Amino acid sequence: MKNIGRWLIPIIGGAAFIYLLVPIAYIFVFSFNDGGRANLQWQGFTLDNWLNPCGAPAVCESLVHSLQIGVVATVIATALGTGIAIGLVRYKFRFRKLTDVLIILPLATPEVVLGASLLAQFLNLGWELGYTTIVIAHVVFCMSFVIVTVRARVSSLDSRLEEAAADLYASPQAAFWKITFPLLLPGIVAAALLSFAMSFDDFIITNFNSGSFQTFPKFIYVSATRGIPPQANVIGSAMFIVALLVVIIGQVISYRRKKQLENA
Amino acid sequence: MSVELRSKDEIRAEKRKNRTGIYLISPGLLVLTLFFALPVVVLLAMSLYVKPPGAEIGEFVPGFELSNYATVLSAYWPELLRSFWFALIATVLALLIGFPMAYLVAVRLRERTLLQGILLVLLIAPFFSSFILRTQAWKQILADEGFIAQSLKFIAILPPDGHLTATPFAVVAGLTYNFLPFMVLPIYANLGRLDTRLLEASADLYASPITSFTKVTLPLSAPGIFAGTLLTFIPAAGDYVNSALLGNNRDTTMIGQVIDSRFFKVIDYPGASALSFILMISILILVTIYIRRFGTKELM
Repeated sequence: MKNIGRWLIPIIGGAAFIYLLVPIAYIFVFSFNDGGRANLQWQGFTLDNWLNPCGAPAVCESLVHSLQIGVVATVIATALGTGIAIGLVRYKFRFRKLTDVLIILPLATPEVVLGASLLAQFLNLGWELGYTTIVIAHVVFCMSFVIVTVRARVSSLDSRLEEAAADLYASPQAAFWKITFPLLLPGIVAAALLSFAMSFDDFIITNFNSGSFQTFPKFIYVSATRGIPPQANVIGSAMFIVALLVVIIGQVISYRRKKQLENA
Repeated sequence: MSVELRSKDEIRAEKRKNRTGIYLISPGLLVLTLFFALPVVVLLAMSLYVKPPGAEIGEFVPGFELSNYATVLSAYWPELLRSFWFALIATVLALLIGFPMAYLVAVRLRERTLLQGILLVLLIAPFFSSFILRTQAWKQILADEGFIAQSLKFIAILPPDGHLTATPFAVVAGLTYNFLPFMVLPIYANLGRLDTRLLEASADLYASPITSFTKVTLPLSAPGIFAGTLLTFIPAAGDYVNSALLGNNRDTTMIGQVIDSRFFKVIDYPGASALSFILMISILILVTIYIRRFGTKELM
């Protein structure tokens, strides 16, 4: 029995990693397909798609839209979410319970309902769907994730550090910017990365609030039926590689910190 | 310690502190109120709108038409039930696959930092390659002429004229695939703090590995499992990308697809809003029951 347990976990775990990575390998391999628009079957190896990733119409345009929206929504959601996270942990606040509900409820609401309710709101306000409405939608659903991530970090922070700073005659502002903020920064950066990834990859909420405005996920969804151009595979692969690098750098930094702390 | 002992300066400082709190919280709270709370109310109102006689497509007036709910429920209860059913299977599968994955990375590879780091990176990175691109790739992998379908036919698990795509199997496999990291990461975070000495202790006390697992590992990882199941089930129940790309026929339609087409193809705003509201409330009820039942320390 013990042997089964010993091998079961590596076998299932290993198979699961293959399950997780096979589609990504497929995307990568087919980014080299000499298939033109018909990228469903292997037609031969080419580097053209990587050398000219904007070769297919509308691919890069939609990519730029998604990147812009991702950055703007992330900056706003991170700023607002961090404010709420710090405020909720560190300050007494009258509508605390209500605020908690307002933070948790978007996480417990499926995307299709968030999208539909925002659409109902925009229809009622008579706003034209497009860039602005997408950014608003993304800020709303990214904010809850930012708050949850940053709040965990604030809660684990020792408030005596700030009190010590105050004892040493630091103004509240100085104590915040010199002590609290640097300690929170890793959490805030993690929250911002998560927020960007979610915004960049979102399809359902965007689809409800974008009108005819094209984003990268929308572009792929629309072209799925008649074949996704290999240039989209190039972009998907490139994003994966960039993400790998970002995560690896993050790991290296935290590993070094750990080592420094151990040596100290 | 009592209030009277505090000086005026201290009270003033306390007040200032409170004001800072309000400055920090208000902007975000305003956004959440205007673009989350209010829209849900508007959605509820819209679900009761009436189509006046002789109105054009997409023309509705405010009203209180409760029968909208009965109409959409009687028409789409199979899709609604299927969404919960598919999401439930996907969540259970993700747990069965994801727990060993998390355990492997968090506990078994604890001493082997490099391999642990690599696998953790591979767990997070799929988040950044496009979700729809991966689903589309998954569809092509499962396609009739693909390797998997051909192999299954070769070993006669799949009949010669059988398909993998456009089946409930493909949709559930897609849902499981897409939400697997949402299951693994919370469990990983939880198991990362598991003290393996407890397992040694239970082995010393003659517990079998299975007993150790059910009495020690599982209860200690309960919060991670709890978070993971919610993070998988909720988005899976509302998802329609998997059912649209990997299924897209009558046996696989999920409620999200219906809501989308009621909004954009049929232009039935009240019906679509009513369905959205039903979906939201059902999930909230299910989640509440789940939290009541399992959300305590004595989970399991």
